[in-house]
Amino acid sequence: MRLLKQFSIILAVAFLGELLNVCLPLPVPASVWGLALMLIFLCTSIIRLEQIKETADFLVEIMPVMFIPAGVGLLTAWDVLRPVWIPVSVITAGITVLVMAVTGRMTQRMIRKGKRKDG
Amino acid sequence: MKQIVTESFFFGAVLSLLAYELGLLLKKKMKMAIVNPILIGILAVMGVLSLWDIKYETYQESAKYISYLLTPATVCLAVPLYEQMKLLKKHWKAVMVGICSGVLASLGGVFLLAKAFDLSHELYVTLLPKSITTAIGIGVSEELGGIATITVAVIIITGILGNVIAEAVFRFFHISEPIAKGLAIGTSSHALGTAKALELGQVEGAMSGLAIVVAGLLTVILAPVFAPLL
Repeated sequence: MRLLKQFSIILAVAFLGELLNVCLPLPVPASVWGLALMLIFLCTSIIRLEQIKETADFLVEIMPVMFIPAGVGLLTAWDVLRPVWIPVSVITAGITVLVMAVTGRMTQRMIRKGKRKDG
Repeated sequence: MKQIVTESFFFGAVLSLLAYELGLLLKKKMKMAIVNPILIGILAVMGVLSLWDIKYETYQESAKYISYLLTPATVCLAVPLYEQMKLLKKHWKAVMVGICSGVLASLGGVFLLAKAFDLSHELYVTLLPKSITTAIGIGVSEELGGIATITVAVIIITGILGNVIAEAVFRFFHISEPIAKGLAIGTSSHALGTAKALELGQVEGAMSGLAIVVAGLLTVILAPVFAPLL
């Protein structure tokens, strides 16, 4: 029954996230509330890691599959995208590379500066 | 045959899983970035649907049970993050500066390119939340008067793209710190990219999960500031 218990705890936290999403007037989705709550519960030992570990690892591992239905859904978006697809594609591709490069370089620079100070 | 498929509760789910398995198999055989299991999975399902002339709604009827798990799975991203708590505490300043600069680059970059392409205000605010996770992005887009269906499409394309190109971008820009890689993926391509970060390593996965949350919330706060510019 251990795995069932783990799954129940995870779904319960997701449900709490849903409650916060409905009750608080903030544009924060249930999944993000749930992630924050789960982190708080783990840090305050309200939930211990071994109470969810295997099931959590399993769900995180199969996460990529969960995006396939949404990706296939792009089929239905083509009609609205068609008139604007050129600027939209350029912006989408360009900004993705830009944000990845800026975030990565900035973080790396900060970490290395810190390391030099330590040493 | 077609009737069985259209009335099945499992067809879409099984098809998605098989398509992903096919992607994993091809990736193992070919070892190229473009041979990405999520991308292959999506294309394979699209292929089957159009070959057999099956409507997306029919597929979605059973595939939605796979998407259902996305919220609990996102909640579970707290686990890798918790396991890297010590590292996060040590580098919290670098983490915050990194994510903030990425969010500003995203919003500022969309503004400049939208201006360059002379886009309408409606399309500009539709694209503003393109880097963040779908559930937050839809909210931001609607709030600012954007077109939610385009926002969703662009967010998903961003995620797939980020997942596919991450390793090439890191090589090109000489990004080698695991924390930097994780934050770069999570800030630029949300949960879909995080799938790649988890593949790269535990630190990368944890930091990418964190970046989804922080970048999402920062965008909620900052997008309304950028919206009136165009």
